[in-house]
Amino acid sequence: MIMDQTDTLNADLVQSKSGEPVIEINSLKISFGKQKVLQDVSLQLFNGENLVVLGKSGSGKSVLIKCIVGLLTPTDGIIKVLGEDVGTLNRDGLGELRKKIGFLFQSGALYDSMTVKQNLEFPLLRIRKNLTKREMDEKIKEVLENVGLSDALNKMPSQLSGGMRKRISLARTIVVDPLIMLYDEPTTGLDPVTSDEISLLINDVQKKYKTSSIIITHDIECARNTADRVIMLKDGEVYLEGSLDEFEKSNDTLIKSFFK
Amino acid sequence: MKKILPAIKILPNLTKAKEFTIKISEKTIAKTEEAGNFLTNFADVLLFISRTFKETFSRNFEFKEFLNQCFQIGNKTLPLISVTGVIMGLVLTIQSRPSLAKFGADAMLPGMVAVSLIREMGPVITALICAGKIGSGMGAELGSMKVTEQIEAMEVSSTNPMRFLVVTRVLAATLMIPLLILYADAIGIFGSWVGINIKGDVTLALFFSQAFSHIEFADFLPAFIKSVFFGTVIGFVGCYKGYNAGRGTESVGIAANSAVVLGSLLVLIVDVIAVQITDMLVL
Repeated sequence: MIMDQTDTLNADLVQSKSGEPVIEINSLKISFGKQKVLQDVSLQLFNGENLVVLGKSGSGKSVLIKCIVGLLTPTDGIIKVLGEDVGTLNRDGLGELRKKIGFLFQSGALYDSMTVKQNLEFPLLRIRKNLTKREMDEKIKEVLENVGLSDALNKMPSQLSGGMRKRISLARTIVVDPLIMLYDEPTTGLDPVTSDEISLLINDVQKKYKTSSIIITHDIECARNTADRVIMLKDGEVYLEGSLDEFEKSNDTLIKSFFK
Repeated sequence: MKKILPAIKILPNLTKAKEFTIKISEKTIAKTEEAGNFLTNFADVLLFISRTFKETFSRNFEFKEFLNQCFQIGNKTLPLISVTGVIMGLVLTIQSRPSLAKFGADAMLPGMVAVSLIREMGPVITALICAGKIGSGMGAELGSMKVTEQIEAMEVSSTNPMRFLVVTRVLAATLMIPLLILYADAIGIFGSWVGINIKGDVTLALFFSQAFSHIEFADFLPAFIKSVFFGTVIGFVGCYKGYNAGRGTESVGIAANSAVVLGSLLVLIVDVIAVQITDMLVL
């Protein structure tokens, strides 16, 4: 049953032509009052790739992915996700689109008043409504095994460490088999070992669930471990776009300061 | 030269006039912005209320969460309301007895206490306590969910946070606070019986019979109706303040605090309006 639903969702991608972007952003602009956060951002995310968005704090990285899921409304520009223009969707349409997108928040954003199991059941009950109780339990068990935290089922979020919270949050995101993953600073606040583990987990998710991902980070190790392609934002604009190799070899002062 | 000199003398005055004009303009702009902010906030409140009503009558009502909130509001406030109710009845009895005794009206004590509790003291004091406990709880909980991005996480999980968080809490408060007030009234009357028995010997049955002989349906109905409004107001204010909390952790405290202050104030305002309406209808 779970496989059937995954196949149905993946059909959207199969239908799209090979090489066609799953996310396409054109001339995105967003301001908060007088503060211009994104000034003219255009980018594309292709099927099956991990796109890392680098940038200093306050460069508008998180705002960018919040615009993609419709949490923020851009001042100008077009965002197309799986062929649908996010700006033209009504609340129901946006809800349907969000079912295909996984969003890992910087803080993990686990529901404090719920156990790990209830946290994982929450999106399942709303997105995979036709699953039976047994199928749901199996799915939860499967994703917890994938993130290496099978024994955390009945724990409260307050009983988990920072790294464990990120893993559970990732499990909550992948439990509904998303096509696109958006990671907002997945390794922030974690020690180097746990950061590497989360980076590996991101790659595992990409391989196992065949997701296309945008990874927002300023952690170079995370970028090195996960990136197929890199974009750097500066002052609300795309500063440089290229492969990780090109970034590593760049003589630009700003990029060098990131990659030293 | 003679003509230019007076003009030069006027120059400092012109500069002062310019500074004065700039100050006035700045103050005018600030006041206009304040007025604009007030109107924006007012519109925001109206929008929040209309969205809550709209979501209340939409499909996919979160019944399980509604029951959970009823439990959180009702069951967890019960001990506090019990203590408050007993103290209300006890203190009112002890304080009123000497005054009534002066007129030889001791026998009126159960009736007087019962009417006072049911018509005014029970609803208002219980509502103020609920504004403190329930309102602050909602403000802090939703505020902290906002700060830790849990509300946004709900939205990206295709869940309507207004429906899941706000509608369930407002409805639970609207249902449970009147019930808590009825319970506080009953416990208060019991407290009054305890108060009377400190210096006397009256059976519970006789006390209740005397107390209820003075209560009419017209005492009970307006009090119950205003209790429903108290519940709605407390629920709305708590949710609004929490849901619209700022981004920092400091805003959680601000949300909880302003939920209590505004909630308590609105309870008193609703009470004044309810009393006026009751008086006009001569109930």
